[in-house]
Amino acid sequence: MELRNKIRLSGSGGQGLILAGIILAEAAILDGKNAVQSQSYGPEARGGASKAEVIISDGDIDYPKVEEAEVLLSLTQVAYSKYVNTLKKGGTLILDSSIELSKNLPFNVIKIPILNTAVEKIKKPMVANIIALGAIQAITEVVSIKSLEKAVLNRVPKGTEELNKQALLEGYNLIKEKNRK
Amino acid sequence: MMGNREVRLMQGNEACVEGALAAGMRFYAGYPITPSTEIAEICAQKLPLVGGKFIQMEDEIAGMAATIGGSLAGLKSMTATSGPGFSLKQENIGYAALTETPCVVVNVQRYGPSTGLPTSPAQGDIMQAKWGTHGDHPVIALSPTSVRETFDLTIKAFNLSEKYRLPVFLMLDEIVGHMREKIEIPNKEDIEIFNRLKPEKDSSEYKAYEIKENEFVPRMAAFGDGFKFHVTGLMHDESGFPTNDSQISDKLLRRIMSKVDDNVDDIVMYEEEFMDDAELVVLAYGGTYRSARSAVKEARRLGYKVGLFKPLTLWPSPDKKIKDLNEKTGKILVAELNLGQYFSEVERIVSDKSSLYKLCKVTGEAITPNEILTKIREVL
Repeated sequence: MELRNKIRLSGSGGQGLILAGIILAEAAILDGKNAVQSQSYGPEARGGASKAEVIISDGDIDYPKVEEAEVLLSLTQVAYSKYVNTLKKGGTLILDSSIELSKNLPFNVIKIPILNTAVEKIKKPMVANIIALGAIQAITEVVSIKSLEKAVLNRVPKGTEELNKQALLEGYNLIKEKNRK
Repeated sequence: MMGNREVRLMQGNEACVEGALAAGMRFYAGYPITPSTEIAEICAQKLPLVGGKFIQMEDEIAGMAATIGGSLAGLKSMTATSGPGFSLKQENIGYAALTETPCVVVNVQRYGPSTGLPTSPAQGDIMQAKWGTHGDHPVIALSPTSVRETFDLTIKAFNLSEKYRLPVFLMLDEIVGHMREKIEIPNKEDIEIFNRLKPEKDSSEYKAYEIKENEFVPRMAAFGDGFKFHVTGLMHDESGFPTNDSQISDKLLRRIMSKVDDNVDDIVMYEEEFMDDAELVVLAYGGTYRSARSAVKEARRLGYKVGLFKPLTLWPSPDKKIKDLNEKTGKILVAELNLGQYFSEVERIVSDKSSLYKLCKVTGEAITPNEILTKIREVL
């Protein structure tokens, strides 16, 4: 069962979610899989709710858009409210801790301090997208750690490699810590 | 991973530029417009690296004019736009058709008419590609359904434009233009390239629009090569100079039309799948084909006898093949992001109109596989 292969990343414009989508798709390709990435354009490209979608598969991917996501990441309240209804029942909902959610959702809900870790621990709010990728990997294992790291390093600006590696690690750790509790 | 071939994630618009460069494009002129803008951006980055030129003109009209100029000066030339810009380019597209100037015009279709929904996909310019400029004129229009096909068909568009000396349209849509997917770039030596026939050097007898024996397009000098080469949008004789002569005009127009009409089999490309025992065939092109393929696979899984047909060449249309599909399978369902433009072409081709069905959508969103599946169930 391919239950974690349709992934929607949502947040506000400028959080680097399209880049995160591209990196995730590239990691899947490095793993030898097929991947398609698409996004929404338009007035919502800055601020408001923005999303990027990735489909990962061992076979052909025909329809390139995600209808019902199997994994939804939301970094903001606005994005959560807008896209939570597009998550499949039983799907995985990964949320930033700042988001208030309704009770009794039919999802596997994982709430972690992504934005806070970027600001407090790494002191760079801009790496929230990479922390989120680390967390997504640790939760879903849709891509390998090795390919994800390579894909991140291929895409980030020169001179920021160590920063981004640290961000990935913090992402993995958020899940490890959570699992330990 | 895959031999020495390059495997990577690429956007449709980017694959268009990569294909154009592989085909030998060395000149791009245009005016950026969503959802085609990446094509201009990437051309601006990459053309200077291979000794080519990129120029952003003051508008789409000038962009088309400069593209024609670049080609007349001997360079393989391209421009890209979307609906509103495609409208503006039409006058000069007619000029390219009559002057027989090879070039590639990319239209990444968005929702229209007018400014419409600038960021939403559509396939509403299919008839405009055929009839957008006035007068009878030869038309070739191609429609890719994936990133790899965008790469391949851009090369094909250049080859056809060079071979038949006419503007060739690459009809992308926002879905294919903006999606990123895995693509394996073919090796350079596996790519077939066609270059325009040039006059022999030192040919003092060169007539710009004369047809040599056993050839069907005039040989093309480049401005600056030293040949006497006059180009006009007026009807012209073999020398390239204007004429009012009715016989010469008749001959010229019929000749430029025959370049496509007499070579349909060489130009037309299509693919079919799941055709064994099919009682209904879904015809879809561009981004909509992706939904159709997903729907047809699911329908087959459910036991419906459905086939799938993809015209890669929209113009000239694959008449013979569509007739054949209709005779063999009976029913045809056309799915497209407009209110029935290619459906009307299929209707023209097929004699039993009652066997035709259409699924049209103009909400600004892609047709979903489920919508096609529902229609398949309705028909069968």
